[in-house]
Amino acid sequence: MTAYLTALVAIVTREALRFIHQRERFIAALVRPLVWLLVFAAGFRAALGLSIIPPYQTYITYETYIVPGLCGMILLFNGMQSSLSLVYDREMGSMKLLLTAPLPRWWLLFCKLLGSTAISILQVYVFLAIAAAFGVAMPALGYVTVFPALILAGLMLGCLGLLLSSFIKQLENFAGVMNFVIFPMFFLSSALYPLWKMAESSELLHDICALNPFTHAVELIRFALYVQWNGSALFWTLITTIAFGLAAAWGYDPGRRQIRKRA
Amino acid sequence: MSLRVRDLSFSYGTKQALRHVSFEIETGDFCALLGPNGAGKSTLFGLLTRLFTVPNGEIEIAGDSLRASPLIALKSLGIVFQQTTLDLDLSVRQNLSYFAALHGLSGKPARTRIDGALARLNMLERADEKVRALNGGHRRRAEIARALIHQPTVLLLDEPTVGLDAAARASITEHVHALCTEQSITVLWATHLTDEVKPEDRLLILHEGAVLADGRAKTIAGDLPLADRFLEMTGAAA
Repeated sequence: MTAYLTALVAIVTREALRFIHQRERFIAALVRPLVWLLVFAAGFRAALGLSIIPPYQTYITYETYIVPGLCGMILLFNGMQSSLSLVYDREMGSMKLLLTAPLPRWWLLFCKLLGSTAISILQVYVFLAIAAAFGVAMPALGYVTVFPALILAGLMLGCLGLLLSSFIKQLENFAGVMNFVIFPMFFLSSALYPLWKMAESSELLHDICALNPFTHAVELIRFALYVQWNGSALFWTLITTIAFGLAAAWGYDPGRRQIRKRA
Repeated sequence: MSLRVRDLSFSYGTKQALRHVSFEIETGDFCALLGPNGAGKSTLFGLLTRLFTVPNGEIEIAGDSLRASPLIALKSLGIVFQQTTLDLDLSVRQNLSYFAALHGLSGKPARTRIDGALARLNMLERADEKVRALNGGHRRRAEIARALIHQPTVLLLDEPTVGLDAAARASITEHVHALCTEQSITVLWATHLTDEVKPEDRLLILHEGAVLADGRAKTIAGDLPLADRFLEMTGAAA
């Protein structure tokens, strides 16, 4: 058992060290949601009227509405970023080092996932702090209760990234996948607009949004930030995490994997 | 017997990369796996390191089947991949500690092993340098040191001298030969360069996925220089 923990600590530490060496990545990951919050949301607050819907008990500004969605955005981008780094690692060979360690593959991949999720969560908290400094604050206890929600949502998106990385053969194919995964997932969700708003314009879009696992992750974060329980969001996020996780483990199964010719 | 491979075949779609490959290597032997590019060396390494698996054939490392007990078998295996797998922004020691931890070693025991492995490769004084600052030869040595931390019985090296100058190549070849004699480590050294093979080394010639020759290098070479014999065999077979 100690061998498992030793590996866990080492892999998480390595992710953290790597992160420290890529400060630009950290800043870029923060600028993106902040631009949405401080520019996009400011412009949209007049255009979008929001009624009182759970978990909110009063009328809220649009800035307040999109904060949980932007937390989800950070997790989503980081999940994809870490899967990009997995593809890169595979091309560079350091993935081989990990996969030939005498521990079960699922554990090694899980450690990797946990490491990148921890870093994503750190970024989310920095974002929340900046948002609070600009006056978009949550209930104090919400910053605590959101933590487990962030872990689960982060793991779900990390598993998705892992799954994608197991099927992407080359780095060049990655940009397309980013466009076909990140943007639809983000825009077809409750991150930027409540689902009932979506239903007003199109029932079909509403249904797609309601099926999108990212919607459930965002709602889980939204309710947790207001110290409220959302069983269905939790259930769907959990189920999706398990499904993505199992599929990723299958994708990395040595019996199924083929190295590319002339790898 | 440290490494035993029996009846291994593998294909990428319709292209057969390995055909019924079988061989055994005695403990402490230096075995060169010589083959032209595309002979199937990297495929064989992928299978030996369990990066991927096949349903047929059998691989045993230090007596443990890679199929039946993969995690135990991998413990006895040290690997130096063809591409550098060091993190350039970390120091040599940080890189080695990361690897040690993947093998369940941490704290003082890990430090002792890392120092020992680095000293063996004359790399101890560079332990705290960033890998980015090292030249190709020293990076390779750091990787060989890393592959020895968990004290494997079998060491696999996949074209470890690619991209190195003549002096670094000779020095690394010497170092690894010394490991066999001094530490009784079994070595499988893949290469396409005949000058890395010594006359008394065990030699496997792989060509188009099949074992073409298996024996002592000097026996296989006979009265010809090994380079000529190798060209003659792989050229004639092609």
